[in-house]
Amino acid sequence: MTNEAAQRIAAAQATQPDLLTLDGIGVRLGGRQVLSDVTFSLRKGEFTGIIGPNGAGKTTLLRVILGLLEPSGGRVLINGEPVDSKSKSAIGYVPQKLVIDPDMPLRARDVVALGLDGHRLGFALPSRQRRDQIEAALSDVGAARYADARVGELSGGEQQRVLIAHALISRPKLLLLDEPLANLDLRSEQEIVAVLGRLAREQQIAILLSAHDMNPLLGVMDRIVYVANGRVATGPTDEVVTSEGLTRLYGHRVDVVRVQNRVLVVAGE
Amino acid sequence: MHYLFEPGLFASGPVRTALLVGAVVAVTSGVIGVFTVIRGQSFAGHSLADVATTGGSGAFLVGLNQFWGFLAAGIAAAALMEGIGVQRRRGRDVATGVVLGAALGAAALFLYLGTLHTSTTGASFTVLFGSIFVISPDTVPALIASGIIALVVVALLTRVLLLSSLSSDLARAKGVPVRIVGMVYLAALAVSVSLAAVAIGAVLSTALLIGPSATALRVSKSPGWAMAVSALTGVAATWIGIVLAYDSYYWPPHGHGWPVSFFVVTLVLIGYLLTYVKRPRRLAPRSPHEGAECSPA
Repeated sequence: MTNEAAQRIAAAQATQPDLLTLDGIGVRLGGRQVLSDVTFSLRKGEFTGIIGPNGAGKTTLLRVILGLLEPSGGRVLINGEPVDSKSKSAIGYVPQKLVIDPDMPLRARDVVALGLDGHRLGFALPSRQRRDQIEAALSDVGAARYADARVGELSGGEQQRVLIAHALISRPKLLLLDEPLANLDLRSEQEIVAVLGRLAREQQIAILLSAHDMNPLLGVMDRIVYVANGRVATGPTDEVVTSEGLTRLYGHRVDVVRVQNRVLVVAGE
Repeated sequence: MHYLFEPGLFASGPVRTALLVGAVVAVTSGVIGVFTVIRGQSFAGHSLADVATTGGSGAFLVGLNQFWGFLAAGIAAAALMEGIGVQRRRGRDVATGVVLGAALGAAALFLYLGTLHTSTTGASFTVLFGSIFVISPDTVPALIASGIIALVVVALLTRVLLLSSLSSDLARAKGVPVRIVGMVYLAALAVSVSLAAVAIGAVLSTALLIGPSATALRVSKSPGWAMAVSALTGVAATWIGIVLAYDSYYWPPHGHGWPVSFFVVTLVLIGYLLTYVKRPRRLAPRSPHEGAECSPA
């Protein structure tokens, strides 16, 4: 964690209640305990990574926060209150890699417009204000250039930006992203991380992002939620990602190796 | 022009009814079909058409207008499909296949029994391949009203349907009752299939549903354009089909008009194939580093 981030969090802690709190969340799927006793909280403008191997339950955890999955125990609180439809609108969501058919009749700007009022009945009347709002959301993520392109014809990184703009246009306090870096080339990966880091900093949006590799996020992540073996360890990256800590979490010997500012988690001998 | 528009074409009552009903059917199928294609529900459309065949032939047998048979069977099938839909995908495919076979078997029985009573094979042809020139004037208001209701419902659901086609999780997270929306859409689809069954026959109804929308989706970028192009393509195919069928009365074998459905379906296919001849593919301007990779050195 950078010094600046630490100060920012300390300042926020003093004045702000937690934006999102998970309190003792447990999830059972098909009779199997997938997650137990997940407890952590997020504050305004914080960048949190949910990191863990494939199948560890990262998507499950995001689905619980979104209210798409009922936990078997524990509570999800937003601003200290149980989630209702109103507080839910404070959450923006970018789902796991969508496969969008090239023939899907949606331009990038149509996808962003659906973020504004896609859950409503009827048509939206075009207006100057609406148009400006859509353009602004696209510009915020650097996607204004392909506003009129069919979203199914865009590259993975470009689609990811459009989906982030879709989530941002409703002015969420919290942005959840499920594996947004999966299947991206290195350059797009860096660009998306930079865009998200900037959103957290400049617009004070709390970002909760899942990824199986923490390395692209080391520069922006204020806090890590490491998921393994059905449980989580949470805190600043340096404190959580240690051989001792992860060995305890995994339940078997794990070595954390740091090479040139990169972190590798490998099974121990 | 004289040879295309035969004298008396527009003075004929049945032709005018056919053009009016044909337009309503084509617009309804065209608009609803866009969502059928992007939701990947072409198979559901086809299933509804098969079951509608049973309803239409049953209605003939008991002396009702076949539209009511199409509609009742279509709605019932939509409800049944929704019921089956909660189960596993694999089980759903198998169950749908078995039910469709049984439905068409029942249709065969009804049509056979019908020929015993009326000593004509007209019923089979009307149910399976349509009857746009012999629509009884008293069903016209019902046809138009059903089409308008289905269109209004889908227009109201446009944004919700687009959002859930993009990702049903995204829609659900925004509080959209995805399952109810799916049911309502399936009911509108059943109405649209029933209307198309009246015009070009139960067997061919999906051609008017899928063809114009598939054509439109290849040439239009935004949802509004796709719906407009699809509706217009459908109307063009239907109207030209009606005019050609009227003309074909003078084609060999002389004195026997060719079926409208043949012309409509063929025109729909030609329209679709034309999009392959020259597709106005508007590629997105790529980001600079990707552009650099593509451009000649």
